[in-house]
Amino acid sequence: MIAIVDYGVGNLFSLRSSLKYIGQDAEITGDAEKIGSSDRIILPGVGAFGDAAEKLRQSGLDTVVCDEAKRGKPLLGICLGMQLLFDASDEYGEHAGLGLIKGKVVSMEPVVPKGYKVPHIGWNGLAFPKDKPVSPLFKYVREGDHVYFVHSYYASECHDAVIATAEYGAMLTAAVADKNVCGTQFHPEKSGGVGLNILRAFCEI
Amino acid sequence: MITKRIIPCLDVRDGRVVKGVNFLGVSDVSSPVELGKFYSDSGADELVFYDITASYEERRLFTDILKEVASCIFIPLTVGGGINTVDDFDRVLKCGADKVSVNSGAIKNPGLIYEAAKKYGDQCVVLSVDVKRVNGQFRVFAKGGREDTGMDAIDWVKRGESLGAGELVVNSIDTDGVKKGFDLQLLDAVCNAVGIPVIASGGAGNTGDFVTLFKALPKVDAGLAASIFHFGEVNIPDLKKALKDEGITVRL
Repeated sequence: MIAIVDYGVGNLFSLRSSLKYIGQDAEITGDAEKIGSSDRIILPGVGAFGDAAEKLRQSGLDTVVCDEAKRGKPLLGICLGMQLLFDASDEYGEHAGLGLIKGKVVSMEPVVPKGYKVPHIGWNGLAFPKDKPVSPLFKYVREGDHVYFVHSYYASECHDAVIATAEYGAMLTAAVADKNVCGTQFHPEKSGGVGLNILRAFCEI
Repeated sequence: MITKRIIPCLDVRDGRVVKGVNFLGVSDVSSPVELGKFYSDSGADELVFYDITASYEERRLFTDILKEVASCIFIPLTVGGGINTVDDFDRVLKCGADKVSVNSGAIKNPGLIYEAAKKYGDQCVVLSVDVKRVNGQFRVFAKGGREDTGMDAIDWVKRGESLGAGELVVNSIDTDGVKKGFDLQLLDAVCNAVGIPVIASGGAGNTGDFVTLFKALPKVDAGLAASIFHFGEVNIPDLKKALKDEGITVRL
């Protein structure tokens, strides 16, 4: 069973539907035992980093997710859920994340050239780093395939973990992985067939 | 590179798609679910559903349909029609919508944009505006284009942006249904006034109109249309190929 962590943020309906569609048993849950007994964990999230991190902490699920990840259970963070995997974010003040991946979440405003709208909304192509093998997460997709993004902040200072980028006047972190912990800035559950294939690959990790 | 988006729009009443739908390859052309799947499979980048029902009962039926559509379509879904309160946002977001489009509800109460953006994020709030020229001025119309609000359209979209709208849908009443192309003059004025994504609507008659739109106005992010897609006059795979051949970045 895949546990979709429910800590009171985000619309989890599409995520569960997409997992169902690819034949996966997924449950939206905020129950520590269920998350503990799951095969894999997905950490979703929309909204502001500080709020979400606080809700995760208040529910006590931050510890559960971290413990499971450190035990080697596959964990996928999506969008803000990916950002939460990092050490910190400076969205509306400095906030601590889960610290599972080294790096920091910062505003894209100073790095994208003038004329590029922020938030970065829409379909953008994936590019894979040349200096490492293609991540198992992308075993069913090709470089250049389009996925759907909606965000104003992005992960930086995380070169070692980057497994995909997207070009938006600057190279933005599109996906990261460090052993069993991975994350996508884009929404696989909203990225058509390409997104479903990424979720499928995660279920095989 | 971010791609230009092509967005079919479906008007739904009593759980069925209205406005003539006439093409082959779909078993039930009046079913929002079947039609949604068809567009999603043919490469639409996003879908818009407008709920044009009036009664409470019918609205409940719409949310059932919306759930069904959202459970089998894995591209972004925007829902509009009859959105007057933050509760209305809540209702459709819970059914799987990703964005909510407001029009008359925001004209009546501009604070709705701010409240919804604060609660769900800017990216969730789409301000849809119906514009018609009156004495040489771009004027905002309400109630499906029936009522002149007296408001200047450029002022209104700027205000919408500052209140927290994350995207704009600009419907030109002057070009809508004429099929002679998008309203480039209006769209240019809007693009120069705001920094959020602009979706062009009203007037597309053929593939060339989309090419002209994106070439003339590189700041426009997306083209929206209804009947030309429903009637099969323009099919999305051919349209996207034509755009690509013209050097416009699209998702194929």
